[in-house]
Amino acid sequence: MSAVGYTSVAGQVLVVGGGAPLLTGWMRQIRARLEGRAGAGVLQPWRDLRKLLRKEPITPVGTGPAFRAAPALLVATTVVAAALVPLLSTDTPVRGHADLVLVVALIALGTMALALAGLDTGTAFGGMGASREMTVAALVEPTILLSVFALSIPAGTTNIPAIVSGAVHEPARLTSPAGLLATAALAVAVLAETGRIPVDNPSTHLELTMIHEAMVLEYAGPDLALVELGAQMRLTLLLGLLSSLFVPWGIATSASWTALAVALVLLAAKLCLLGAVLAAAEVFWAKVRLFRVPELIAGSFLLALLAVTASYFLSGAS
Amino acid sequence: MSDDLYTQLLDLACGAFLLAAVMVLWRRELAAIVRVFALQGVALAAIAVLLGAHEERWDMVGVGIGIGVLRAGVLPHLMRRALAALTEDRRGYGDGGAESRETQPLVNVAASLLTAALLTLLAYAVARPLTELNPTPATRALPVGLAVVLIGFFVLVTRRRALAQVVGFLLLDNGITATAFLATSGVPLIVELGVSFDVLLAVLVLQVLTARVREAFGTTDIDDLRELHD
Repeated sequence: MSAVGYTSVAGQVLVVGGGAPLLTGWMRQIRARLEGRAGAGVLQPWRDLRKLLRKEPITPVGTGPAFRAAPALLVATTVVAAALVPLLSTDTPVRGHADLVLVVALIALGTMALALAGLDTGTAFGGMGASREMTVAALVEPTILLSVFALSIPAGTTNIPAIVSGAVHEPARLTSPAGLLATAALAVAVLAETGRIPVDNPSTHLELTMIHEAMVLEYAGPDLALVELGAQMRLTLLLGLLSSLFVPWGIATSASWTALAVALVLLAAKLCLLGAVLAAAEVFWAKVRLFRVPELIAGSFLLALLAVTASYFLSGAS
Repeated sequence: MSDDLYTQLLDLACGAFLLAAVMVLWRRELAAIVRVFALQGVALAAIAVLLGAHEERWDMVGVGIGIGVLRAGVLPHLMRRALAALTEDRRGYGDGGAESRETQPLVNVAASLLTAALLTLLAYAVARPLTELNPTPATRALPVGLAVVLIGFFVLVTRRRALAQVVGFLLLDNGITATAFLATSGVPLIVELGVSFDVLLAVLVLQVLTARVREAFGTTDIDDLRELHD
């Protein structure tokens, strides 16, 4: 059991770490094709990372440890979260620790480290980006927590592998109104948390609108590579979490090599599909005004709350 | 129809019913609000038809279909006509948009969404003792009806455009109808007919009133109606 279990944990970390730039490249490629451009190819984010890693490390004058530690902390928290979340298998050696609150806290820790780094630079843009990021994060974290709580009520636990394996055996849980509402709420929250288009535009550096890019404006060289890798890994991790929670079929629930291989292929397929849908949607959506963002997230918070109440009251828990 | 499927479908219809009420708060375009209201009428009709089919009372299925025609067809059509009349003669001046949007609700959209969340919780808390009397799938969904009543009140209080207030009034009525169906498994046909005609007439009167308000003031912003005139 343990060999398969440890392999699946390692596989999850490798898929999130190695696959994240590929997923980003895949999404950019789809977007480029839909916009009538040739695109730079799926491997371009990896080439960018290699180029950045070869440069000399350089930090602005007057920055302190918060600035220096943030990129490593961002990547490290994401790696730990990737090991915990059941992307490939629910039967891993670390499943006892894979609590929902812990995973959300790890993601929030990465966000906070980056915001502190933005403040540490002391530039106008860094502070502005950090304050915007915190505004969004303060609204997004409760939404993520609540929307997964809606699924954890029928399972009776906040342990994510238990929720996922329960949903694999009882698909009716997901097609209930609570499951649908929670899906919608979590999807909006994931878009906001990863800084995708209705909330933030990852591909521009327009000073009036940028959120994530404003915080990391001062980074260069290997640090920038880590920050970008961290952001890509978070996108992959959150999309993976979304797919594990709401389309859990194919995830290995027992310790067998074939189930693990099937899960790996299916995870890659699900991530590619989700990424393609997201990239295609981004072509047609416009970024909402910054002051409309709280409205969007308050709406998704409300959906999550309705999901929790629906799953608690309607489905006969009383 | 098996009990399991019935419960699932009823929950789904109730979820859509509540979600439509929330969407009314979320959207600004009056045309979109009317569309969402029509969807809510469909969900309400589905609730009535499901309850009727489950208890094999075909008069209730008929009432459900009638409700669907009225609330998803006739009332939205009337409101769309009122909306078209409101925006039509303003289009020349380029500010037709001001009439067709709920530009400045008294409570902003984010806050009103959070208020809707609180109202839903309140409805659940209030309906708790009622649900415990006889916990069936229908009574367990009772708080949904109450929540829509409360959200309807909230829309009535906070929106400025006359047409948005009409939608608030109709939300209120949808909520009352849903509560009646869920709590008592349907009111007698004659009562339901009376209520439906009442609502239809109210909307017709309000439509005329809205047109008059706009003729007198040039806008349907209720805030302009503070003083008495001869």
